[in-house]
Amino acid sequence: MSMKLKDLAKKEELLAPGHRLCAGCAASIIVRQVLKVLDDKPIITISTGCLEVATTIYPYTSWKVPWLHTAFENVAANASGIESMMKVYERKGILKKRPHVIAFSGDGGTYDIGLQALSGAFERGHDYLHVLYDNEAYMNTGIQRSGGTPHAASTTTSPAGSVIPGKIQWKKPIARIMVEHNAPYVATASPSHWRDLMLKVEKGLKVEGPAFLHILSPCPRGWRYPTDRTIELAKLAIETCIFPLWECEKGEYRVSAPSMRYVKRPERKKPIEEYLKLQGRFRHLFNPKRMDIIQDIQEHTDREWKIILKRAELAS
Amino acid sequence: MSVKQKIIGINGDEAAAYALKQCKVDLLSAYPITPQTIIVEKFSEYVANGEVETEFVTVESEHSAMSVCIGGAAAGGRVCTATASAGLALMHEMVFVAASHRLPIVMTVANRALSGPINIHPDHSDSMAERDSSWIQLYAENPQEVYDTVIQAFKIAEDPTVQLPCMVMFDGFIVSHTLQNVSVLPDNIVDKFVGRRRIPKINVMGREIEYKLDVKNPLTMGPLALFDYYFEHKRQQEEAIRNAKQVICEINDEFAKISGRKYGDGLLQPYGHEDAELAIICLGSTAGTARTVVDEYRTKGIKVKVIRLKAFRPFPASELKNALKNLKLVAVLDRSGGYGAIGGPVFNEIRSILYDCKERPRIVNYIYGLGGRDVTPKLIKKVYEDLEDILKTGKVEENVKFLGVR
Repeated sequence: MSMKLKDLAKKEELLAPGHRLCAGCAASIIVRQVLKVLDDKPIITISTGCLEVATTIYPYTSWKVPWLHTAFENVAANASGIESMMKVYERKGILKKRPHVIAFSGDGGTYDIGLQALSGAFERGHDYLHVLYDNEAYMNTGIQRSGGTPHAASTTTSPAGSVIPGKIQWKKPIARIMVEHNAPYVATASPSHWRDLMLKVEKGLKVEGPAFLHILSPCPRGWRYPTDRTIELAKLAIETCIFPLWECEKGEYRVSAPSMRYVKRPERKKPIEEYLKLQGRFRHLFNPKRMDIIQDIQEHTDREWKIILKRAELAS
Repeated sequence: MSVKQKIIGINGDEAAAYALKQCKVDLLSAYPITPQTIIVEKFSEYVANGEVETEFVTVESEHSAMSVCIGGAAAGGRVCTATASAGLALMHEMVFVAASHRLPIVMTVANRALSGPINIHPDHSDSMAERDSSWIQLYAENPQEVYDTVIQAFKIAEDPTVQLPCMVMFDGFIVSHTLQNVSVLPDNIVDKFVGRRRIPKINVMGREIEYKLDVKNPLTMGPLALFDYYFEHKRQQEEAIRNAKQVICEINDEFAKISGRKYGDGLLQPYGHEDAELAIICLGSTAGTARTVVDEYRTKGIKVKVIRLKAFRPFPASELKNALKNLKLVAVLDRSGGYGAIGGPVFNEIRSILYDCKERPRIVNYIYGLGGRDVTPKLIKKVYEDLEDILKTGKVEENVKFLGVR
């Protein structure tokens, strides 16, 4: 596949405009980046969430590909069923080539309520790509905390109060959990680094068996930032190393080029405040009495970064 | 003329598995749960021995089992699952979605009591909890009928005027684990009878396309429909399940031609004296016990009958009205509770249809057999004796009684 912008721009958009996602929402940017990779139409299945409700308000749909939604917690099982049926068609000679099956789910449908079905599908080894668009809270129901919400973020079920400063727990390392399923391909990606993201989609589709792609999806409403700063925030997550870009093929971790810069030149790594200060969900941390939490987040970010470097054999 | 059939000794679960094999399902996805487990065990043997071409997806929960089935059926496959009790309850959400997506999935349910207390034995609390899901519900009485009904279920569900999923119920252990000589049709006869899955065409922006996930003809399945469209979707489901009634009857007749076996009109199966004044109405295996009691009464010259309700959804209202019109007194046996309601679910529905009748029998309800409490001929006799008393005295002491409870 050509990765030239000129060629990509000529490719048909499989997600039509006119959907009701918020201005500045990263989800539709991510979907378009993912779908641009494909030369043939895939079958898409989506769990209940922002992306689903905003793109298929009956009798309209934004999807120019076959598409299935059933519920919140089971998109991996829906994908399993579709993929199994495609195998039947292939075996019977009804289809010469199986179409790719891609599942999209938000953090709720992946980290939390959807984890069981996801784990089951990966254990069984269905050949599909699971894309997590991680906006770090239950945005569709109005910004409630999830297993993907970062520490100290203020949400409507972990509000920054006078006693408890936002979410108490830390973000669950979902991509590493998927690696430990012995998945043939797991990667993290960001819409700010579209070429890296698209190459990872291509790899994920190419491997035999389940592939998992964890994509950071900034959300202006939930993260509380102006709608024109989505890509800037996605980029800052990489520059501060709070969201390292890496991939893991058959158990071998590799830090991706955009994050590799900070392995080679650690002094270029931006302090975590740069990322936090743009977001209203962390506003309460900038109270002089609460600066210790920012320090905690920095230390946690460094620790998590080191875990990836160690796994990629870039640190001891 | 029915065809020559092989007689094999199998239990209800094995009968279900055998029928699924002969219906050449594309995909079977299930999670083991007593008393259904033998179905998936038996089917996995067929898979392991290369006797079927089915994709067998051994999921991590019943919720995923139904979700896999929906994915497979949406992609155009003939799919099925099997479950019971807690398993059915766990997939409850997806049971409704399968119906609203209009996917003709077949599910065998070895009826088992819902927790709690946890119990593995039969009652109908599991499937009754799904009665408003717009699935077709057929209750079989014995392993032979399980076999026959599973084969019919695909044809009913896949009928172009229906396009709804279908549950085939049978009592756990009493039917699922009890051996019977079952007459089975040759593979090619079943294949011809059931045929390939028929996929309806739908009109999308002026184009007729098959209702399935197909890259050549993309469709959005399972969109969001709010107050402006949801209601119409649900109204269409009602239309479809009403259509199922006639289809069930036709397929019952058609199946009789090849097998020589017929279950009443496909909806109801009455047994006993034509001029009976007293009747018991029940579902499932209890009908067999009731028939032995009816026979006993017949030798004594007492005119009673038993009406077995094979189809609970769609509910055969007009057929029941007709069947009940000459009766004086009816006892409805419910193998599930109607907690806080006026009796069990079967009683409520039957009493409701009688309201429109000018001449109607009196009707009483017995909740019985919960959690597998044994249903003996003696217990059934107790019901007929009660009915005889009511007929003599004209008095009903209690409309709803608990039969066989301590």
